[in-house]
Amino acid sequence: MIPHKKVYMYGGYNTISMGTGRKEFNPKAVRSGVEDYIKEAGQGVLKQIGGAKNVDEGVIGNFMAARFNNQANLPGFLPMIDEGLSMKYGTSVEGACGSGGLALQSGIRNVLAGTSEITLAVGFEVQNTYKAIYGADILAGAGWYQKRKTGHAYFFPGQFSDRAGAYFAKYGKENARKGMSRWYANAIENSRLDPTAQEYHNTNPDPYNTCLKMEPNGKAFVDNLNYLDCSKVSDGASGIAICSEEGLKRIGVAKSEAVEVLSFVHAVRDITKDPKDLTELEAIKFATNKALNELGITAKDLATIELHDCFSIAGILTLEALGLAEKGKGCDFVSEGNTARTGFIPVNTTGGLIGWGHPTGGTGVHQSVTIWQQLTGRAGNAQIKIPSDRPYGMTVNMGGDDVTISVIIFKRG
Amino acid sequence: MKLLKAWQRFSRNVNQIGNKIKFNINILKIDFMKYEDRLQNVTVLGAAGKMGSGILLLTAVEMADLSLQPQNKNKTFVLNAMDVSDEALFGLMGYLREQVRKIAEKKTVLLRQLYADREDLIENFQIIDEYIFRVLNIVRPTTAVEVAYRSNIIFEAIKEDPALKHKVLSGIKKNSEKNPWFFTNTSSIPITELDEAAELGGNIIGFHFYNPPAVQKLVEVIRSKHTSDDLFDFAMTYAKNLRKIVVPSNDIAGFIGNGHFMRDALYGIQQVEKLATEFGYVKALYAINKITQDYLVRPMGIFQLTDYVGIEVCQYIMAVMNPYLKDENLHSSILDKMVEQGVKGGQYSSGAQKDGFLKYEKGRPIAIWDIDNKKYINIDSFAAEVDAKLGVLPASYKPWKVVNFNRNKEALLTAFFEDLNSMKTLGATLAKDYNKRSNEIGLQLISSNVAKDNEAVNTVMLTGFYHAYGPINNYLK
Repeated sequence: MIPHKKVYMYGGYNTISMGTGRKEFNPKAVRSGVEDYIKEAGQGVLKQIGGAKNVDEGVIGNFMAARFNNQANLPGFLPMIDEGLSMKYGTSVEGACGSGGLALQSGIRNVLAGTSEITLAVGFEVQNTYKAIYGADILAGAGWYQKRKTGHAYFFPGQFSDRAGAYFAKYGKENARKGMSRWYANAIENSRLDPTAQEYHNTNPDPYNTCLKMEPNGKAFVDNLNYLDCSKVSDGASGIAICSEEGLKRIGVAKSEAVEVLSFVHAVRDITKDPKDLTELEAIKFATNKALNELGITAKDLATIELHDCFSIAGILTLEALGLAEKGKGCDFVSEGNTARTGFIPVNTTGGLIGWGHPTGGTGVHQSVTIWQQLTGRAGNAQIKIPSDRPYGMTVNMGGDDVTISVIIFKRG
Repeated sequence: MKLLKAWQRFSRNVNQIGNKIKFNINILKIDFMKYEDRLQNVTVLGAAGKMGSGILLLTAVEMADLSLQPQNKNKTFVLNAMDVSDEALFGLMGYLREQVRKIAEKKTVLLRQLYADREDLIENFQIIDEYIFRVLNIVRPTTAVEVAYRSNIIFEAIKEDPALKHKVLSGIKKNSEKNPWFFTNTSSIPITELDEAAELGGNIIGFHFYNPPAVQKLVEVIRSKHTSDDLFDFAMTYAKNLRKIVVPSNDIAGFIGNGHFMRDALYGIQQVEKLATEFGYVKALYAINKITQDYLVRPMGIFQLTDYVGIEVCQYIMAVMNPYLKDENLHSSILDKMVEQGVKGGQYSSGAQKDGFLKYEKGRPIAIWDIDNKKYINIDSFAAEVDAKLGVLPASYKPWKVVNFNRNKEALLTAFFEDLNSMKTLGATLAKDYNKRSNEIGLQLISSNVAKDNEAVNTVMLTGFYHAYGPINNYLK
């Protein structure tokens, strides 16, 4: 959908994505909780926009605090960020790992509806409260519960392992594994450039070969993915302000310091239906193509993409859905270096879900923060060059197995 | 007796070729008993002890897994956890619950398949909880030894005291309804002696787990002169199902593990006594502990290991082994004195290390016991002085934890020993002597027919003691 009036995002903030890999992570010690993450991300944004007085509405994106942290009624945490948000409109949205994207979609709609000139969007998840084997139960809520019994112990890795298996059978395993390993290596190399990334401390001199040589083991994990093909368990939050033109004026920020939302699409696929083709992400294909078509551009016009690589195979299938590679050629597209930070179209420039981290309900917001940083020259060591003839950035956020999809196309304001 | 054995051999052969002939002779029923049937009623003696609790855990899990097999659905499995202490049994159940959870969490992929027909169990946590209940529900904690009379298998993990073992095992044998098989966890007493003294008629095998049994992969299996093939075969299947590495040892006191460790420790003590004339006892003990950890690239120094096993336990094992050894006196007056002074090492029920030769803080040695003045002396107060006397470590030195799990372990060790061999410092000389002695002990275990070959000796030291290299190696020059 093309917004009928200008909508911008500004003032992005990410906490550290905390979990295994970070030197300071200690699973046995008392760690930061839901409150800390929401507060840090929320205040991180408020500081850049002149405080809570400038905010009309708030929205929180979160997936499963009700189980990970026994916490619901999340809008009540908005005034905890700053008492200036007390007695203001606040809501929370849930669409599994697509909750962050849904928070942005919700915020954009309110700005367009005119109920808000500035909406504070925060996405978070604190999921190291459970060991992975129990966390898998909780995350399985992103699928249809009726399928849980027949699903894998590690439910979502199991779903995407089946997709990888189908891809191997159709297009050849060896090539695919090379592409997936390159995907992992790119993620690690990019995350080393962002101090908030979960893999920031990763020093492996040869991540490509580490991944390539790690044969998937179905007895301990899943048949067609190894641990490195998967995003890790993360605690983290991200926040950003969604503003109208009026809103930007209110906080005294030039349009050129913000990113403009050019096109936004949200699409859902029936959660009770199995994917028609395991080697295709149907809903992502629909939503990304709709966003591009409405704007009259193709994926090749994008400078960079933040896409939902909860698993390496999901990243490769998304490239194919975008039309950047033919079906079955996504792995070659990656192997050839096209998606590396120096390639034709740098993807997930701060590591994505595999490298930066995947605090599930926060991921969609994190993606928009990264695009804002890249398009406005704020990405620090992770900064890539934005070609003047290809000024666009895209986010693709997915909830469940290709079920709840948010796509936004931005350019610098 | 001969006739019986002939029948047993015959019946085994029949069984092996899958013949369905049923023998109705009562005594032969035992030989036809399937693996899982035999494991339907088991007793662990000393179940709340350090070794017993681990054996109990592994056996309970094995029995629970068998009970989940479709063909065993209607069978009842009972595991008696017998110990003399009610208090310890109370703690045991807590330990079991915690450990079974860890095991279940690691094999949830498999458990989901085993519970596929249970529609009420959907999420991992439900399946894991159900599995924990199943395992714990097999275990019957008790202080009454009579429960063992109905068991087919008795695991014995009581005190390393030959007379006590004779009494307990023969008591069960006499009163049993089942003609049971005995598995003894003795680390030092010859099995034939237990067999004959308790009149077990060959229904015994040495099945020596390493501490802690739930973690350590090694099991030494020792046959008595009379141990039947059936019992041995069962023991091997059981070990395989527990995913243990089996090293058969011949039935000579101490077997391979303690055969090396006790002599190695005694050599350490002798080296301390020698070095003490120049260094003083405390500094000498520090020096030898350091040599055996750093210069020999072992997980811990020899005195830390002695503390870990327990000083009194080591004293006892030596006393048990000593009468069986020719031309050797396995005894140390320093161990006697430590025990007299009440400084015994070993572990608290929490698993934390008790003080012994060394004093520990958060698991790290911080002081040395001064046996003359009966107090601990802080290592910090003299370490630099002793380290200087020993000289620098070889340039290529890397600690055990780096070396042992390294893909290039071989290359790291080769470089280290090349350096060490070329050095003439006091530290290097003591280390080379120590390694030479360890090597002699290894070879002695083969020449005295305790171990079959180099590999058996090395496997025990690599897996049971976590050494980075075996005593019989090419690093020594």
